[in-house]
Amino acid sequence: MLDLPLIWALILAIGVMLYVILDGFDLGVGTLTSRARSDEERNMMTATVEPVWDGNETWLIIGGGGLFAAFPTAYAILMPAFYLPVLMMLAALIFRGVAFEFRHKAVRPLTRRFWNGAFFGGSLAAALSQGLMLGAFVQGVAVEDGAFAGGPFDWLTPFSLLVAVSVAVGYVLLGACWLYLKTEGPLQERARGWARLSLVVLAACFFAVSLATLSVNEQVVLRWGFSMTHIDPGTLLPLLPVPLAGMVLVGLLWRMLSRSPADRSGGDWWPYLLAVGIFLSGYLGLAISLLPFIVPYQVTIHEAAARDNALGFMLVGAVIMLPVILAYTAYVYRLFWGKVQPGDGYHD
Amino acid sequence: MEFDALLLSRLQFAFVVAFHILFPSFTIGLAAFLAVCEGLWLKTGRDVFRRLYLHWVKIFALAFAMGVVSGVVMSYQFGTNWSVFSERTGSVMGPLLGYEVLTAFFLEATFLGVMLFGWSRVGNKLHFIATCAVAIGTTISAFWILSANSWMQTPAGFAMDPDTGNFYATDWLAVIFNPSFPSRFVHMLLAAYITTAAVVLAAGAWQVLRGRGSEPTRWQMRMAAGTLALLLPLQIWAGHWSGEVAHHHQPAKIAAMEGWCETAEVQPTLLLAWPSDGDCGRDAIGIPGTSRFLFATDEPLQGMAAFAETERPPFWIVFWSFRLMVGAGLALLVLGLWGLVLWWRKRLDQPGLYHWLAVPGGALGFLAVVTGWITAEVGRQPYTVYGVLRTADSVAPVEAGQVAFSLLVFMIVYAIIFTAGVIYMARIAARGFGDQPPVVRRRAPGSPLAAVDDPAEMPDGTQEGEGA
Ligand code: HDD
Ligand code: HEM
Ligand code: HEM
Repeated sequence: MLDLPLIWALILAIGVMLYVILDGFDLGVGTLTSRARSDEERNMMTATVEPVWDGNETWLIIGGGGLFAAFPTAYAILMPAFYLPVLMMLAALIFRGVAFEFRHKAVRPLTRRFWNGAFFGGSLAAALSQGLMLGAFVQGVAVEDGAFAGGPFDWLTPFSLLVAVSVAVGYVLLGACWLYLKTEGPLQERARGWARLSLVVLAACFFAVSLATLSVNEQVVLRWGFSMTHIDPGTLLPLLPVPLAGMVLVGLLWRMLSRSPADRSGGDWWPYLLAVGIFLSGYLGLAISLLPFIVPYQVTIHEAAARDNALGFMLVGAVIMLPVILAYTAYVYRLFWGKVQPGDGYHD
Repeated sequence: MEFDALLLSRLQFAFVVAFHILFPSFTIGLAAFLAVCEGLWLKTGRDVFRRLYLHWVKIFALAFAMGVVSGVVMSYQFGTNWSVFSERTGSVMGPLLGYEVLTAFFLEATFLGVMLFGWSRVGNKLHFIATCAVAIGTTISAFWILSANSWMQTPAGFAMDPDTGNFYATDWLAVIFNPSFPSRFVHMLLAAYITTAAVVLAAGAWQVLRGRGSEPTRWQMRMAAGTLALLLPLQIWAGHWSGEVAHHHQPAKIAAMEGWCETAEVQPTLLLAWPSDGDCGRDAIGIPGTSRFLFATDEPLQGMAAFAETERPPFWIVFWSFRLMVGAGLALLVLGLWGLVLWWRKRLDQPGLYHWLAVPGGALGFLAVVTGWITAEVGRQPYTVYGVLRTADSVAPVEAGQVAFSLLVFMIVYAIIFTAGVIYMARIAARGFGDQPPVVRRRAPGSPLAAVDDPAEMPDGTQEGEGA
């Protein structure tokens, strides 16, 4: 018999990961538009994401809708627990989503500025609220009788704030690397600078978050066999490649970004791929810390799962549709492959 | 009335979903309209259809963006405000929404990029396929979400886990094609096409009144008036079908819609009344004896008095929203038929009373959609899953203060984006077509070069049309 909850946990994990590396870059680009020097430059930046942002954001609906469908108990506990950060994320995504269109339609300078601001602010706030939820998630939420039993501000702690900043910086790194890939000339040079800066900050954040995570919960310590006072090599060694790989990738990306602009050997897509690799290592590390829980330290994936007949019915759809979705997504990315040119995008 | 988390959550859900549905109703129809225009252009080679496409696709882009962002809100509402409902129905409703994401949302969202930005990168045929993919995506999306909603209205093919009280499916086909799904799906799709046709007609009428009627304006008015005249009779039939289904499965809803108080063999059709919960149908004006033609049954027709106090839906909301929907439908029927007469007499492009009425008529479709949903949803009360799970037992364990705050935030945010969106769409629609066909070069419609090439689309909007 197939272990359907496990399969669905994997599908959801991959969906959320795809969300992070795809919408991550366009939220990052959105955040970086605040650094644009001119309207022209801002339009170039948004033109790198305009044709694909909507598809990217759909992976978030896999996150929300998929959790409802496959793990209704977890959805029912986590959503009320994160009521306010979810609200913040939705409001941010609303502003940012319509700003893609509205910033080109506004004719008066004031409204234009407003929608440019909404685009930047919405992108940043969306990243921060996702980070807050991730932080609160890792921390664990109060559960009684299978329902959320905490207060409205339980999600707000120094730890979740730290994670929020890390996620926002990480998205900026992805965005900068995406710009590096999609632009040329002076903008590309600036993107390289942004990427370098955010990489340094991100590395520091990762380090801080990793250590802090060990103090958040006992289970994490046991899982890694590592704490400030004690090391259990038998547990730690097999897992060590994950954080080590992360560090190596940070080093590689730093080297890549330090190259002189003239040296273009290897192609412009390496920084983005390496940044994705860094995210992957962090994500894997997180998965190791939390499995088998879907509501950390309280409810496991098997306890939260929908009935097998529901999971099986959906699996048929997922097995057929996911490859099709990935295929046409890849097709659309290929269609818009290449550097954007000045004047690309809307100005209507 | 106490403003507790339950009442506030109901208000919030009603507000955000009513806001959301405005955009799907328009984009489902407009996507189909665009596909038809592009198809006609490819087939006939007549430039007027390309100009229609290039014009309306800009409005489509705005409406679609607003539909998407308000839709994302919906998929989180179930959890934030109705977590008990989500947990208990997750194994039935979840897969329906899951299939919507897998089969519809990705399709429309991904090909939207090609539709808006791909004009210069793919050939005409492929671009047409992208338009069709978006149009089909919106229809598939309606299929699944209406299936989910209809299941809540007329649940079928399920059982309950005795330990947890959670629902699970016993027969997926019975769940998906539950009793009220076919009529609701047909009624909603027609509603979307009608809503769009009314808007297209209104925009055309406005051009004519401003003396800017041009070739595309003429075509858009003919297409819209023809669509209305054709679809409204169908819609009235589909609405009647919905009513029959509801009569079968939700008699209390019908009693409220019709304003029947006492149970009787033959009931009147009330045109107007001032209903209240206790004293229903007060001061009613109605046509007696008509129920024989509307409801084919030999059994007595139940009035509100036949239902226990705890089983009754809020009476006056259902009664009046139903009348608004039907009234809007009849008004749209008149607009459609009158338009055909004018077309036949070759007067459709000359300003007149018709055009003055058609402009505000553009809002009637939206009015009917929202009041129709209110009829259906408020009429389902006091249940979320009709007859099985009460609304009061569905709500999430969140504090009233949080819900009040989120409702306020949504109201402010939606007020801002709604105002801006409507202004931007109206501006594009009012600018019209000008008399020069736009030249599409490398870039997509709505993009800078297209805008520069298309004098009618210059931001100042001072371009003159060819005049009527
Ligand atoms: C009759 C049709 C219909 C109805 C009743 C609803 N929707 Fe909707 N929805 C659509 C028809 C639609 C659509 C046509 O597919 C949209 C509208 C905007 C857009 O223009 O696509 C869409 C967008 C949309 C999106 C964004 C999809 C994307 O990124 O492309 C989500 C997550 C939802 N909806 C979810 C919901 C939920 C949870 C609803 C119920 C409470 C709901 N919708 C009611
Ligand atoms: C899109 C058009 C829709 C509109 C305008 C609409 C309108 C409403 C309204 C007015 C209410 C409040 C009723 C009351 O509490 O008195 C409501 C409640 C609700 N509706 Fe809908 N609805 C729509 C679609 C849907 C769909 C497609 C679903 C599910 C798939 C759905 C699920 C619910 C739920 C869960 C509630 C909350 C519980 C309740 O108050 O009954 N609705 N809706
Ligand atoms: C003029 C004759 C019409 C009749 C007799 C009619 C009848 C009905 C009935 C009985 C319902 C409730 C179904 C239920 O609760 O199960 C309903 C719902 C609805 N109506 Fe109408 N309707 C008419 C016109 C229209 C028009 C013109 C539109 C829009 C353009 C419209 C849009 C809707 C929508 C969106 C719903 C909610 C979804 C649904 O339950 O199907 N209706 N209608």
